Amino acid sequence: MKYLFGLLAAFLFSAAVIAADLTPDLLVKNVTIEVLDAVRKDKDIQNGNSKKTLELVETKILPHFNFQRMTLLAMGREGRKATPEQLKMLTDEFRNLLVRTYSKALTEFRNQEITYKPLKLAAADTDVKVRTEIKQTGGKPVSLDYYLEKSPAGWKVYDVEVGGVSLITNYRTTFGQEIQNNGVDGLIRTLQAKNKTGDTSGQAK
Amino acid sequence: MNSHKAVTRFKATVIVLALSGLLGGCATSGNPKDPIEGFNRAMFAFNEGLDTVLIKPVAQGYDTVLPTPVKTGVTNFFGNIADLFIGVNNLLQGKADQAVSDLGRVAINSTIGILGLFDVATEAGLEKHEEDFGQTFGRWGMGDGAYVVIPVFGPRTVRDTAGLVLDVAVDPVGNVDHVATRNSLLALRMIDTRADLLPADKVVEEAALDKYSYVRDGYLQRRRNLVHDGNPPREID
Repeated sequence: MKYLFGLLAAFLFSAAVIAADLTPDLLVKNVTIEVLDAVRKDKDIQNGNSKKTLELVETKILPHFNFQRMTLLAMGREGRKATPEQLKMLTDEFRNLLVRTYSKALTEFRNQEITYKPLKLAAADTDVKVRTEIKQTGGKPVSLDYYLEKSPAGWKVYDVEVGGVSLITNYRTTFGQEIQNNGVDGLIRTLQAKNKTGDTSGQAK
Repeated sequence: MNSHKAVTRFKATVIVLALSGLLGGCATSGNPKDPIEGFNRAMFAFNEGLDTVLIKPVAQGYDTVLPTPVKTGVTNFFGNIADLFIGVNNLLQGKADQAVSDLGRVAINSTIGILGLFDVATEAGLEKHEEDFGQTFGRWGMGDGAYVVIPVFGPRTVRDTAGLVLDVAVDPVGNVDHVATRNSLLALRMIDTRADLLPADKVVEEAALDKYSYVRDGYLQRRRNLVHDGNPPREID
């Protein structure tokens, strides 16, 4: 019954309105539960149907991400070198790469249990870390943490850490070297090539 | 005898030349954390090759053929053995409560858990930890030093290499006297560990622009996080 009501509510209000009201830890929890529920119910996604997974990620997860902030974070100091147009192109390409990575991770999800750590949120907080944990059989649980910042449109995720590894800053050295060697346009071309081919990482550079 | 010595010396010279060639041929990218990048990339390529032709296919076969409870049992069995020195390392790091918990895990899982095949300790609320000598050295304040890719073992830092030497020296599995049993157990553990990493593999392939740097930077972040037990100071910038 509660679930039915939740569904109804989701239809009645736009996602953005709800998101603006939610505390960041609740937002993370709700989105995670909703997405994993969808994965569990959908055999196609479990079997690696990338189109359906991408759709799920696009509609349910992406609205809560701030990709421009992520792109700047990944570029570090080199970010200054990008013109607004270049930054827009970089953000688009980086967004595609992250979406595909995220989708891949979802199809690999095997019903592990997730625990949500409570967050002490002060009224003045505008930048928080929401902690969750994935239980592993035969291993220490893996932490999955989200960094969120407050925006007029609700809380937005700008960094994700798996087991303490930031999926965003992990690109910083590669991005920096690419910009130093081939300029910002070089980095854009590299990202475009990666996104076009599917998988180039197997080839040594 | 003399000719034997000469051959050995010849071999040594070849290896040194090969290594210096690799080092010399390295276009120094100027990454202070990875001063021997050329050598590391070569080793990384070697490990990747070994993985592609041997370890990964066997792990995939293992993963497909065996039912999940069996694989979980194998992971638990080796996890239980590992818990012993995880406890020792926690003790060395001054985390007595965690050490007690780790040794309690070994006691419970070795008995009620039937030689470690079942992880009943986790169900009972004793969480598994992840510690090794590299982390202990880090905890004691030792810097991590340069990044090194070691044949077969993979990414390490200088500090973690020193840790690895100790990890291997005290490893109960590696100290089994009966050679055939020891080698079978070591192989099984390696395949089981690799099989557990298969899902992560695909994600890394999808994410990485350059797999070498992606793995390196991920390893360095991960170790930093582990040394600080999940709460490293957030890097500025």
